[in-house]
Amino acid sequence: MERQVRQLAVALGVLFVILVAQITYIQVVSADRLADNPANAKRQLIAEYEVDRGQILAADGRTILALSKRSPGELRFERRYPQGQLNGFVTGYYSFVYGRSRLEQSFNEYLAGEAPELLPQTLTDMVLGRPKRGASIITSIDPELQQAAARALGDLPGGVVALDPRTGNVLALVANPSYDPNPLSSHDPDEIRRTWEELNADPDKPLRSRASDELYPPGSTFKIVVAAAALANGYGPASLWPNPHVLDLPDTSETLSNFGGVTCSGGSRITLAEAIRQSCNVVFGGIGVELGAEALAEQAYAFGFAPTATTGDVPFDVPFQEGVFPDPSYFEDRRPAVALSAIGQDNVAANPLQMALVAGAIGNGGVMMRPRLVTEVRAPDGQVVKTFAPEIQSRPMTQVNAALLTAMMVQVVESGTGTAARIPGVSVAGKTGTAQHGEGEDPHAWFVSFAPAEDPEIAVAVIVLDGGSLGSEATGGALAAPIARAVMEAALNR
Amino acid sequence: MSQSAVPRGRPRPGAAIAFTILALVIALGAYVLAGLGKRGQVPVTIALYGSIFAIGFAAAAFTIRRYAPSADPALFPTAAVLTGLGFATIFRLSGGLAAEQATWVAIGLAAFCATLFFVRDHRQLDAYTYTIGLLGIVLLLLPIFPGIGRTINGARLWVRIGPIGFQPSEIGKVLIVVFLASYLTQKRELLRVATGGVGPLRLPPAKHLMPVLLAWAASLAVLFIQRDLGASLLYFGIFVVMLWVATGRAAYLVIGGLLFAIGAWFGYQAFDHVQLRVDVWLHALDPAKVFDVGYGQLAQAQFGMGTGGLVGEGLGRGSPDLVPFASTDFIFAAIGEELGMLGTAGVLLLYLVLVGKGLRAALASPDAFGRLLATGLSTAVALQTFVIVGGVTRVIPLTGVTLPFMSYGGSSLVSNFVLLALLVRVSAGPAPVRPRRGG
Repeated sequence: MERQVRQLAVALGVLFVILVAQITYIQVVSADRLADNPANAKRQLIAEYEVDRGQILAADGRTILALSKRSPGELRFERRYPQGQLNGFVTGYYSFVYGRSRLEQSFNEYLAGEAPELLPQTLTDMVLGRPKRGASIITSIDPELQQAAARALGDLPGGVVALDPRTGNVLALVANPSYDPNPLSSHDPDEIRRTWEELNADPDKPLRSRASDELYPPGSTFKIVVAAAALANGYGPASLWPNPHVLDLPDTSETLSNFGGVTCSGGSRITLAEAIRQSCNVVFGGIGVELGAEALAEQAYAFGFAPTATTGDVPFDVPFQEGVFPDPSYFEDRRPAVALSAIGQDNVAANPLQMALVAGAIGNGGVMMRPRLVTEVRAPDGQVVKTFAPEIQSRPMTQVNAALLTAMMVQVVESGTGTAARIPGVSVAGKTGTAQHGEGEDPHAWFVSFAPAEDPEIAVAVIVLDGGSLGSEATGGALAAPIARAVMEAALNR
Repeated sequence: MSQSAVPRGRPRPGAAIAFTILALVIALGAYVLAGLGKRGQVPVTIALYGSIFAIGFAAAAFTIRRYAPSADPALFPTAAVLTGLGFATIFRLSGGLAAEQATWVAIGLAAFCATLFFVRDHRQLDAYTYTIGLLGIVLLLLPIFPGIGRTINGARLWVRIGPIGFQPSEIGKVLIVVFLASYLTQKRELLRVATGGVGPLRLPPAKHLMPVLLAWAASLAVLFIQRDLGASLLYFGIFVVMLWVATGRAAYLVIGGLLFAIGAWFGYQAFDHVQLRVDVWLHALDPAKVFDVGYGQLAQAQFGMGTGGLVGEGLGRGSPDLVPFASTDFIFAAIGEELGMLGTAGVLLLYLVLVGKGLRAALASPDAFGRLLATGLSTAVALQTFVIVGGVTRVIPLTGVTLPFMSYGGSSLVSNFVLLALLVRVSAGPAPVRPRRGG
C-alpha cells in the first residue's frame, strides 16, 4: 500500500508538471500569438485603450488638437478633440468600431507609444507599473490661421489650405462640410455607429475633405501651370498671342469663349502677362494647343499632378489626393481637349492642397517643398524624440521663370481679376478660377495666391463649391479671393 | 500492511499559527489589492470580510490546536491561501458574488471546525461503511429525481428545496471516498487474490471484479443521466486509484483504463455534447470556429491567460469578466490573467503541497483505513484540480467541475472544507493517545 501511495504521489506530481508546462506554454510561449488572434478583438481593444495616447498639438506646442482623457469605463482612456470639427481633416478620428484616420492613423506608432524611439520610456513605465504613454506630435497647424481660415470660409462648402512655401508646413487645412471626431471616438458603440451612419448617409460626404481628398476642375487657376509651361518652352511674359473673340476648337464646330463672352482688351494679339491678368480663356486655349499636351503634362506632373487619380504620390502626413492631368496619349484623338485642359477644364482636376503647392512652388523660386503636417515628436516627458526637416519635393520651374510668373500673378491682384485679394502694403500674387463642372451647375470659385510676393511666407488656395453664396454669379475673384486675403492677412499682420 | 515509514513529527503549534497568519495576510492582501486595482481604493467591505476571514481562520486554527494538535501544520493554511485567493478573484469579478462567497467561507470554516470536533478519530467513520455509502449514492443521484432536480448549464447537478439550491454531488463525493476507504479496507484482501489472467494481467475472480464494474456502471449513469462528464470522470478515477492503492494490483489500473476508454468512446458516440467538447478542445483557437458558441469561451480563457503573460495584469487590473463563468469553471483563467504565469504556477504549487501533505498523512497513518481515506481524499483534490485546470488550459477536453477552495460556489466550498477537515484529522493520527509504531 505504501509503495502505491508513493507511486501515486509521483503520478499526481506528473499531472501537475504537465499543467505547469501547459500554463508556461500558454502564458509565455504563445502569449503573443494569442494576443493577435482575430477573436481576441475585445482584449486587443482594451490593451490599445490602456495606453495614454499622445497629444496632437498645434505648431505653438500648446494648443491641443487631440488629447487622451481618463475614462471611468472599461476602456481606460478616451480620445477628445477640444476644438470639435475644426481640425477633423487634420487629426482624423480614433474609433474602436471604425478604426483610425488621418494623423491618428499615420502617426499611430508614435501616439500609441509603439515606435522604437520610445522604448526606453515605455520600459521605464512598464517597470514602474505606470500606464503606457504615447508620444505627442507637434503639427505645423497654426491655431490662429486655422481659426481664421474656418472663419473666412464660414458656412460655404469648400476648402482652404494655407502653407509655408519655404518649408512645406501646412499652416491651415479646413473644409466644409466637416465632422466632429468626438462622437466617433467616444466609448459608446451606439453613439459611434449612429454618428458613422449619419455621416455616411449624408450626400455631402462630410468625412471627405474638400481641401485634400476630393478633386474638382481647377478652372483658370490652372493657367498658372500653363504659363509655367510656356515660360519653360521659351515664351516670355511679353510673348504675343492671338486674342480672337472666340477660339475655334479643332476637329469640331465648337468654340471656346472668354468668361462672360467678352473679348479680352488689348488688341488682336496680347501678351502672356495680359492674358493671365484678364484670365483670357480664348488666349490660353490657343497657348495650350500651341504648347501641346506633352508640354502641359510635363509641367503639371512637375507640380505634383498625376496622370490618373490612382497614380502619383506626393508624400503627405495624411492621405492626399494629388491633382490629375491626363496622360498625353489621352489627347491624341481629342485635340479640343488640349485647349479645354489649358483652362483647367475637361479631365484636369485638383484640390486646394494641390493648388497651394503650385502657388507655393512659384513663390518659393520654383522649388516645391514636400507638404507636411508634423514637424516634431515629443516623448511624454517633453523631450524631443524626432524632428522632421523640410524636404524638397521637386523643382517644377527655374528660379527666373518663377520670378517672371510671380510678377504676372501680382498684376492679377493689382489690376486683374483678383483685386479682391489686395492687402494694403503687401504685394500679393494670385490667380482666380471659376470652374464649370456640368450643365446647369453653379461654378466652383477658386483663388490661389501667395504673399508677400517677393519673399512669400504663406501660400493659400481656396475653393468655394457650387457657386457658394453667389450661385451662378459666383467667380473666383468675388467669392474665393476675399477668403484667401483674410487668411493671408491673419498670417502677415502678426 | 506495511509499517509506517513516515514518522509523524512532533506537534508544531508555532508553525501552524505562523502559517495561518501568513495565509490570512495573503488572503486579505489579495482582496485589498483587488479592490485597489479595480477601484483605486481599499474595499469598503474590508471590515466585514476582514473579520470573517480573521475570525474564521483563527477559529479553524484554534480548533485544530485543541482537537487535532498533532495535525500537519501546513494543510489548513495551504487551503486557506487558496480560499483567500479565490475569494479575492471572485470579489474582483463581482461584489455580489463575493458577499455570497464570504458567507460560504464562514459556513465552510464552521463545517471544518464541526467536522474536527465531531470526528475525533477518523476510525469512527469506519463503523458506518454502508450508511455513509448509501448516503453518498443518494446525494449523488438526488438531482435525477423530478421535482427537486434542476438542470443548470446542461448538466443535472442541482437540487433545489425551497430557496436553498445546492449541488449534492459535491458532498456526495466526500462521502463516497469515505465509503470506498472503508469498504476497500475490509475487502482488499479478497480483491488482491488473482486467480486467472490474460497474458501478464493477473485478475481476481469475477465476483471480486464486480465492484469495479459497478462503479464503472455508476459513473456511466452519472454521465448518461446527469450528463455530467467531469463528475463521471472524477468518480471513476478516484475509485480506480483507491482500488489500486488498496490492493496493490496494477491490473485494476489497466482494467480501469480500458473501461474508461470504452466509456469515453461510448459517450463520444452517444452524445453530441461530448463530441462538441472534444472538438472545442481541439479547435478552440481555429480561426474558422473561434467565433462559434462554445469555442469562444475556451478561446477567451486562453486569451485571458495569454494577456496575463509571465507576471499578470495585477489583481483588479485585467478583464477576466470577458471569460464566461469566470468565477466558477474558469476562475483559473482569471487568476492567470491577473497574476500571470507566476500566479498560476504558484496556485498549482499550493495544490501540489495540499495533495502532497495529504498523501504524507496517508503514509503516516498507522491504520489501513486512515491511509486509504487520506489517499482517496488527496486524489479527489488532485484529480478535480487536474480535470478543471487541464480543461481550462486545453490539456484535456473541458468538463465543468469546480476548482477546489477557489471557485465560487457554496456546496463545493463547504464539502471541500469537510474533506480538508478529514485530511487534517488523519494527519493528526488516532486520538486520544498517539500510538508510536516502529518501522
